[in-house]
Amino acid sequence: MPAPVLCQSCGAGRAALRRPKTGQALCRECFVAAFEAEVHGTIVAARLFQPGETVAVGASGGKDSTVLAHLLRLLNQRHGYGLRLLLLSVDEGIAGYRDDSLDAVRRNRGRLGLPLHVVSYRELYGWSMDRIARHVGPKNNCTFCGVFRRQALDRGAALLGADKIATGHNADDVAETVLMNFLRGDVGRLRRCAGILTGSEGALPRCKPLKHAYEKEIVLYAYFQGLDYFSTECVYAPNAYRGHARTLLKDLEAIRPSAVADLVHSGERLAVREDVRMPTQGTCQRCGYLSSQPLCKACVLLEGLNRGLPRLGIGKPSRMQKVLTDAEKPEVGFREDSQQASRAIRTVDF
Amino acid sequence: MCESEEGGGCGGGGRPARAPRGGRPLKCMKCKEGPPVLIIRVGDAFCKACFKDYFVHKFRALLGKNRCIFPGEKVLLAFSGGPASSAMVRQVQEGLSREAAKKLRFKPGILFVDEGGVCGQGLEKRGEVRSQLERILRATGFPYHLVNLEEVFGLPGSILRAVSHSATDHSQSYKEAVDGFIQQQELLQCERTGGPGESLPGRLAELSIQDPSEKETAEVPGPLSISHTAELTRLFGAVKTLTAREELLQTLRNHLILHVARTSGYTKVMMGDSCTRVAVKLLTNLCLGRGAFLAGDTGFSDGRHGDVLVLRPMREYSAKEIAFYNRLFGVPAIFTPALATKAPDRASIHRLIESFLCKLQSDFPSTVSTVYRTGEKLGAAPGDDDSDGATEPERCLLCLCTLDTNVVDGSSLQSTLLSEELCQKPPLSAGSSCCEDAPTQTGCCKAPPVAGAIPPQVWLLPLLCYSCRLTIKDMSCLEPLPPYIHSEAERRRRSRAAMKQEIQEFLLEDDEAPPAS
Ligand SMILES: [Zn+2]
Ligand SMILES: [Zn+2]
Ligand SMILES: [Zn+2]
Ligand SMILES: [Zn+2]
Ligand SMILES: [Zn+2]
Repeated sequence: MPAPVLCQSCGAGRAALRRPKTGQALCRECFVAAFEAEVHGTIVAARLFQPGETVAVGASGGKDSTVLAHLLRLLNQRHGYGLRLLLLSVDEGIAGYRDDSLDAVRRNRGRLGLPLHVVSYRELYGWSMDRIARHVGPKNNCTFCGVFRRQALDRGAALLGADKIATGHNADDVAETVLMNFLRGDVGRLRRCAGILTGSEGALPRCKPLKHAYEKEIVLYAYFQGLDYFSTECVYAPNAYRGHARTLLKDLEAIRPSAVADLVHSGERLAVREDVRMPTQGTCQRCGYLSSQPLCKACVLLEGLNRGLPRLGIGKPSRMQKVLTDAEKPEVGFREDSQQASRAIRTVDF
Repeated sequence: MCESEEGGGCGGGGRPARAPRGGRPLKCMKCKEGPPVLIIRVGDAFCKACFKDYFVHKFRALLGKNRCIFPGEKVLLAFSGGPASSAMVRQVQEGLSREAAKKLRFKPGILFVDEGGVCGQGLEKRGEVRSQLERILRATGFPYHLVNLEEVFGLPGSILRAVSHSATDHSQSYKEAVDGFIQQQELLQCERTGGPGESLPGRLAELSIQDPSEKETAEVPGPLSISHTAELTRLFGAVKTLTAREELLQTLRNHLILHVARTSGYTKVMMGDSCTRVAVKLLTNLCLGRGAFLAGDTGFSDGRHGDVLVLRPMREYSAKEIAFYNRLFGVPAIFTPALATKAPDRASIHRLIESFLCKLQSDFPSTVSTVYRTGEKLGAAPGDDDSDGATEPERCLLCLCTLDTNVVDGSSLQSTLLSEELCQKPPLSAGSSCCEDAPTQTGCCKAPPVAGAIPPQVWLLPLLCYSCRLTIKDMSCLEPLPPYIHSEAERRRRSRAAMKQEIQEFLLEDDEAPPAS
């Protein structure tokens, strides 16, 4: 039997893992300490928080947001950030998937002792994801899911009086988004997606404290800390391009383990030519949310759903924009829904 | 215009024109007369003559639009034997034989770098390829250079230095230069022949003979290059991954091309990257951490060397268009093996991206053109502009791009450095954190980086950009690197140290990091 490998950091403990990020063999304690120190290092170096801020932590019940909530509570105490932390969950209305993941969030709330608030698609938009999927068909669900979730978090956090939203995006997510936006030629998003702290004018600022944490290390950390999370993927398959980007990233990582960090570095350093026109940010005519078009993406998608033409909002946004802004005569069905929606903007507290 | 919406477009293998759905068009869409021989995009059928016009025009139009080649200037055509650079050489031939108003006015030379030494080719095989090449090159009538990759072992350290722009003459505008050249040519012609009318090939031949670089054409591989083959093999043997080997080969090849250009007086180098190649390179380099350099690595013109400008005049042609052109007009191509010719798809990042884009292109026919257009929207990073600013920015020892390794707060590089450093010293235990007692602000724990165990690459890394660091980290030892890299690295480290000595008394803290520009 071979002798146990010793930890390359402390030299005393028995190595329990090979760190995906650096390739070093570490004992459990050294890995946990390094992982926590690195997230703290990121938070401090990027000046993500100011003392006294209220931070809404987007909690989906998955591994990333579970580790994020755990770490923020721990580091806030250990290093005295002086933050008021809240958990904010979005109920998309996906039978089975969401019920189970919300259960995981509730268990964590108990463990962390942080207040939890839930906002739901049905209350905000009048549509649950399951109902949307029945209308839209098997494709493009994540277009709705993503657009609605982003706004739902913002609206929920604003209602709670939060100063900032912290999301669980990790290095793999950022690398994947860089790849995807590059393949789609979306230079505006390409530049934004690599940022660690974004959207300070108008909208609530968002930050990604786990931006440099590898997905594999987040799983390892959750495992060593005995964190309880919900690990089933969303039942609605991601759009084709994201799927391709995800597969490519896994293949890249197999060839060169630093590929994730290398892509994030590339994304941070990309320079868009000065003469390339970037979309100017304004606000949505209908709901007031930040948007580069007269109507925000959520309002366009919602209008498509309410008119019984769900696919109108996908793909060519210009067509729908034109239809909607030219004839701002609300139809009966829409009026009903928008009233229902405005009535419903409130959070459910636990 | 680089859409290759019908078929793959990425393999470069020419397939015959297929009839579009709904029947084959009967006439060429341009002249409305000739029989169509190919369809570039759905619905666009060209006859042979119109396709040639379209192809040749595109080349001249791109050079004309950018107005960067002065009349009479010496331009080196980097020729690999592959379809794109073969088509490029043909375009220059076509351009030089045009009627006066439209013709190209520069003086071309061709360079072929024999990489057989790293691709597992024996001397006999290399000799065969070489005689095949000589036949093709001699037929062009242009002066040419055949060099072995082994010659990098004799390069001077100065090849790793950018030469400032001020060396070239900016006082003359492009228009003035063109007018001056035409007058001069007319004068010369009158003196020689007593009037215009002499055939162009005759004049060209004269230009070639007067060319001082002509005698280099006669050079054959001497005993020097053959003795270096073992060193070359040793060098590539020290590189642990195919990804890094691909990068190193490209770096050395670029140095050699630059060297030939400088020593033979060429001020422009033309590379034969097609649109498809540019898309593959953009995505590959993005994955290799070269995000800051994508514009220079793939753009129409790249001025990182200062005195010699690198141009990519084939970047608007798809691989498919090129394959058609070469077939229809009998452009010869030679197959020369590459590093990864027989390697599987996942052997290197380069291979992976190539097959990924190829597959994606068959599902989404606009993939290559979308990626290409993404690249068009990118520019040089701010502060990377070498035309203004009093001090030259510090450049990567290997790729000569402005260093992208200044540590920005909250960046990926900073986090990677922190991870490397944390795992090399005893960990902070949870209880003994530095700011437990004085939690006044969130910035209290920031400690300057501490040097840990020293791997052999450490002395070279500070001189390299992020991506070249990755390449060098994949080497088991650096000693087999060619001498010019070692000597230039040593020179830079000495000048760095001297500079640091000079400014020492003004520095408040000891910081190894280069100043952020
Ligand atoms: Zn340890
Ligand atoms: Zn989803
Ligand atoms: Zn809106
Ligand atoms: Zn025709
Ligand atoms: Zn470099």
